[in-house]
Amino acid sequence: MPSPFFDIREFPLIQPEAELALFGVAILLIDTFLEKREKWFNAATALVGVGFSTLTLVGLPDFLVRNLQGFAGGRFAIRGLAGMMRGAEAANPGFPGFPGFNGTILVDHFFIFFSLIFLAATALVILLSVRYMEIEDEHHGEYYALMLFATVGMMFMASGVDLIVQFLGLETMAISFYILAGFLRRERRSNEGALKYLLLGAFSSGVLAYGFSILFGLTASTNLFDIRAVLARSYKPDDILVFLAFVTIAAGLFFKVAAVPFHQWAPDVYEGAPTSITAYVSVASKTASFALLLRILYAFEPSKSLWLILVAGVAVASMTIGNLAAITQSNVKRLMAYSSISHVGYILLGVVAAYSQEDGLNATALKGIAFYLLVYAFMNTGAFAIVILLRRQGLIGDELEDLNGLYKRSPGAAVLLLIFMLSLAGIPPTAGFLGKYYIFLALIETKHYWLAVFGVLYVVPALYYYFRLVKHAWLTEPADALRPSVTFGQAVALAATVLITLGAGIYPEPFARLASFAFALGR
Amino acid sequence: MDFFANHILSVVLFTPLLGSLLLLFVPRESENAHRVLGNLFGILAFVVSLPLVAWFQAGKPGYQFQETANWIPSIGATYHLGIDGISFLLVMLTTLLGAISILSSWSAIQLRKKEYYILFLLLQTGMLGVFMSLDFFLFYVFWEVMLVPMYFLIGVWGSDRRLYAAIKFFLYTLAGSVVMLLGILAIYFKAGGTTFDVPTLLNAVANFPDSLKVWLFWAFFFAFAIKVPMFPFHTWLPDAHTEAPTAGSVILAGVLLKMGTYGFLRFSLPLLPQGHEASHKIITIMIVLSLVGIVYGALVCMMQKDMKKLIAYSSVSHLGFCTMGIFVLTPLGLSGSVIQQINHGISTGALFLIVGILYERRHTRLISEFGGLSTPMPNFAAVYLIVSLSSLGMPLLNGFIGEFTILFGTFEVSKTWAAWGTLGVILGAAYLLWLYQRVMFGSVTNPANEHLRDLNAREYATLLPLVALAFWIGVYPKPLFRYLEEPVHEIVQKANPGYYKGERAAAPALPLAPRVAAEKQLHVAGGSAPATDASKPAGAAR
Repeated sequence: MPSPFFDIREFPLIQPEAELALFGVAILLIDTFLEKREKWFNAATALVGVGFSTLTLVGLPDFLVRNLQGFAGGRFAIRGLAGMMRGAEAANPGFPGFPGFNGTILVDHFFIFFSLIFLAATALVILLSVRYMEIEDEHHGEYYALMLFATVGMMFMASGVDLIVQFLGLETMAISFYILAGFLRRERRSNEGALKYLLLGAFSSGVLAYGFSILFGLTASTNLFDIRAVLARSYKPDDILVFLAFVTIAAGLFFKVAAVPFHQWAPDVYEGAPTSITAYVSVASKTASFALLLRILYAFEPSKSLWLILVAGVAVASMTIGNLAAITQSNVKRLMAYSSISHVGYILLGVVAAYSQEDGLNATALKGIAFYLLVYAFMNTGAFAIVILLRRQGLIGDELEDLNGLYKRSPGAAVLLLIFMLSLAGIPPTAGFLGKYYIFLALIETKHYWLAVFGVLYVVPALYYYFRLVKHAWLTEPADALRPSVTFGQAVALAATVLITLGAGIYPEPFARLASFAFALGR
Repeated sequence: MDFFANHILSVVLFTPLLGSLLLLFVPRESENAHRVLGNLFGILAFVVSLPLVAWFQAGKPGYQFQETANWIPSIGATYHLGIDGISFLLVMLTTLLGAISILSSWSAIQLRKKEYYILFLLLQTGMLGVFMSLDFFLFYVFWEVMLVPMYFLIGVWGSDRRLYAAIKFFLYTLAGSVVMLLGILAIYFKAGGTTFDVPTLLNAVANFPDSLKVWLFWAFFFAFAIKVPMFPFHTWLPDAHTEAPTAGSVILAGVLLKMGTYGFLRFSLPLLPQGHEASHKIITIMIVLSLVGIVYGALVCMMQKDMKKLIAYSSVSHLGFCTMGIFVLTPLGLSGSVIQQINHGISTGALFLIVGILYERRHTRLISEFGGLSTPMPNFAAVYLIVSLSSLGMPLLNGFIGEFTILFGTFEVSKTWAAWGTLGVILGAAYLLWLYQRVMFGSVTNPANEHLRDLNAREYATLLPLVALAFWIGVYPKPLFRYLEEPVHEIVQKANPGYYKGERAAAPALPLAPRVAAEKQLHVAGGSAPATDASKPAGAAR
């Protein structure tokens, strides 16, 4: 008997999220029995949770194809964002995407790809957190539980194809982050950053909800595919109300990804939050918001002539402000905040290119967005990992001066820093270059030559400020001879990030395939 | 042995990289091990490149020793290596100068030796890769990769303003190369977006509309003009060359700048538009910029107080000849240009070594600090004199062959251009001899110079091969011209088809007569001797 709400057979569609949530709750319970020096156990639990969720996720396509083929496909004859991309059916006849829960979520390649990024980022940040939070003396179980809850939110942002589910996912993630950003209770910067994040974040969520309500008013549906159909059928591409709905929704989402002009919170939050959370916000939260943005933009495709120029403007402004403001920063975390704003600009350029094609979406651009987000997660986490290494009793380690003479104190860390900076700047043979390569190629394919010129030229100031870090680490004398020590967890995280940063640069083929997989692009 | 023969280019390319990887595992404490191993691999890289000389078949069309392997099939990038006569000479220059500059660092580098030799060998691989790559993607990777070690070589082991010079070098070159990246992507996309293979894409380029070709030309122009550097993109050069350690300057001047001229030869010339108007305009701009570089660079040399800076600016002037030779688009101009690139690597490389030798003894490079050095250092004086003369274009030495051939090639096209170029030769003699006079002649005025050591065995070992080459090229340049004949012929055929058309019309009757007839009907420039004999007038002139 199908229930009016959902069929229990649909449960596997949200099993990865459910596992994470369970582990999160378990951490909260176990934490109460742990002594202060045993708190590392929470991190271990969280890692196990992430591991389980990842395994489930990876096995999900096969499982669904085996067990739900007739069931889900028959119930809702809708195809996913991935499923609707060019040639997807031919390329992936076996796995077009499985909708569930009354068509509110959709398990497709897109969801799996992005969830893997979230889970990888979560695992890396957990590995980096243990020692850091011990030094900060704020090592509580809630920290890891909140990270898992945030991941659940992100995964729903990626799987949701319904405005309500997406909003819930977004808020689950955002609220977890508000708390995590202020986790250093005794630190003024952390409090200030968290409060700023909360106020501006709540405001932007309000704007987003407002946009959603307009959209619902226009289309009488919360389902993205219905919305898309209605927008295509009943509204002219230049309808002012559609534009209003788009602008409000975009404003809310641009805030979440920290695109200009909604970027002001980023430097303060990045600086104040625990460095591990800074890494997490800059990587996972951003990627999740992009996943959401991509799903929603697809619904807005019928009126793309209206908003494409707007997104292009935001992209150029983000690159400009991000790159130019980063030049003068003396705090590494603030510098990275501005640099992340400029990266958003590049990804938005990819979005512009994706939607600039006459029919369908530009495959190179989609691949570029996916590739960029994938490698960005690793190279940026790696860069923050170096800052985390510098943290020790009595030294925060986030000023440029704190990097001085790193090559003498820890040659390995200095080499890693160099690799991450090269990758962030986009110098081959690192992964960052390949990400930019796809974006530039897509811009050329879609005849956005001037945007491409902007994009490549901003690599130059970017290299300048990234190399300020390199300069401090390599070309200045150390103030003291203290060597940063590395825990096993940190070593694993650094090894993973650097392997992918270099691996995806030198032999990008598997990663390019993975990126194509995200949008079911075949090759 | 078969493997070696089939993968000779890969072996040459990765020998330095292997060295730098091995050095990673040598503990920091064992200081001598680093420089011994560094030198070993520097020399080894040269030795493994020697079979190329024996196996390379001059006059055979196309690329030789080609190797292809899949790399990134999804975007069509392959690992494709191969060399023709032009890149063959540049590869040999790179391995030779690499070995010599590593040797020259033996006592000059005392700080962080491990990193130094690692980076130097890495740089070597990057440069060789640029000359060998026949895949645009691979080419771009090597082109950018070699910036990083160079940044550190200048930034760590340079002199006072090293930080400024290092980042300036990096940013300037990067700005040019990212624009080139767009050009590469545009060619790739317009040609179907399936392959980055250089020969395939350059063939496809021939069918592009002229308007597109002009845009592409300028996109590539920035990368190469900054690298060469052409006026007005030369301002990074004096800083980088002056601040870099001796070996860094040798490699910068000797090899890195050639990457720009090589780019012009290989990639820019096929991008010249077919239409007379458009291509004529571009060529005029290029020649004028070259001439400004020649004269301006020489004039600026005259008033330098710092020996190293003087030699740095002389590169601007000398490279002006190279670009002029390229863009006159005659066989003589082109082969002269390549010869002059090799010559510049030899002569200017040696000049930087000489400044480095003085700097190691006196820790200053100011001309006013020296004077009368020929008394304490007679052998040094002799070598320095030969090198100076070779750089300024004295007959029987290499510089003369290059400059003369370029000017000959230019003369066929425009007497005015040739005249301005000749002015550069005269000025070159002036500043180099004046420098020599101020440093070496007269009596020793500064007591610190009275007891300077003369050359030691290692310094001889770095300088004598270059001196020998200078004489060899000066006396018997024919082998070099033979290597260049075929590639230059192919380039001129594609970039300046009118040249041979004109010649063929009149050639049967009298091999040397067609010049007058041809000059009238050619769209860019006049013709000269038959193509296959292109080198002979120059060779015979010796």
